[in-house]
Amino acid sequence: MNKNIKSGSFYLNPYLGGVLLGLVLMSTFYITGRGLGASGAVKSTVVEAVSTVAPAHAVNSNYYGKFLSDDKHPMNTWLVFEVIGVLSGAFLSGLLFNRLKFKVEHSPKITSKRRILFALSGGLLFGIGSQLAKGCTSGAALSGMGVLALGGFITMMAIFGTAFIFAWVFKKNWI
Amino acid sequence: MVGPLIPMGVIPEAWDNVFAVMLGMGFGFVLEASGFSSSRKIIGTFFGYDFVVLKVFFTAAITCMLGLLYFSYLGWIDYSMLYIQPTFITSAIVGGVVMGIGFSMGGYCPGTSFAALAIGKLDALTFTGGMFIGVFLFSEAFPIFEKMYNSGNLGGMLVTDSLGISTGLFAFLLVVAAVGMFWGATWVERKVKKVEY
Repeated sequence: MNKNIKSGSFYLNPYLGGVLLGLVLMSTFYITGRGLGASGAVKSTVVEAVSTVAPAHAVNSNYYGKFLSDDKHPMNTWLVFEVIGVLSGAFLSGLLFNRLKFKVEHSPKITSKRRILFALSGGLLFGIGSQLAKGCTSGAALSGMGVLALGGFITMMAIFGTAFIFAWVFKKNWI
Repeated sequence: MVGPLIPMGVIPEAWDNVFAVMLGMGFGFVLEASGFSSSRKIIGTFFGYDFVVLKVFFTAAITCMLGLLYFSYLGWIDYSMLYIQPTFITSAIVGGVVMGIGFSMGGYCPGTSFAALAIGKLDALTFTGGMFIGVFLFSEAFPIFEKMYNSGNLGGMLVTDSLGISTGLFAFLLVVAAVGMFWGATWVERKVKKVEY
């Protein structure tokens, strides 16, 4: 295990990782009454940026308008703070297990440039899909399943089912 | 102390963002330590060479579900105070499909891309950039999506209501299904050629 930590290849046992993640999620519900998330922080940032650059446009929009109110700044939302935590927590784990390194990870069969472009496109689709589904793998699927929400199970099956098919379409990118 | 603590007023509202950072840190730490900062490890679930995503994700969902059900049974939490996201059936499916395609192309989801970005993965940086662009495009093009976005609203429906079975039975069946999946996944992992990454 020590050797694995030095080489950066130590990972938690997946079932232990799952139980710990489940306990973090459960604590989140027990303390705050809601679940974890990720894409919501991106949304809050975009809403904040647009309402700063073009305030009238943001107020008149049926979408941005949903998340703007007089008393609450869009940036001042729970998920933005949570994501600051996610970044620092992941950094700590990377530090502890020797994985801090700038790199582009990709299959030897493709170039870094191709990987970067696919990552960008994947992120773009995730951005669109998460707004439509009102949450991503964390906020809609995982947190939803944790409280038995029907939508959580539906979104989970849609994400993983589609990804399973399309992973084979893009097989060369991965293996 | 009956939870949820902040909505019940046990812990003052002012602590909300402090807990956000602390719980987020736990979330990020476990994601990275489980290997979710590597897109090729994540995608292994779909090719059968590494099922870490399947194992961690379902173990987490079940742990949380069972924990909250026990707390509710023991009277330690008021389940009705928990936020149950309303189910919009059409957009949950269509949004999920769009995310699934993005997942297979990018190898991350938003949470895992933050974890990977934190340890220096540059592909996670562009994935995150792509998310901002995607959210912006969606917001600007909202009139096109608006009808779908609002359609099929079933409210905060629980999966047990829609299936018409008891919570205990559903939880039991989900655990059995997960154990079966884990067993199958481990069997497949042994058969499939290892991928170095």
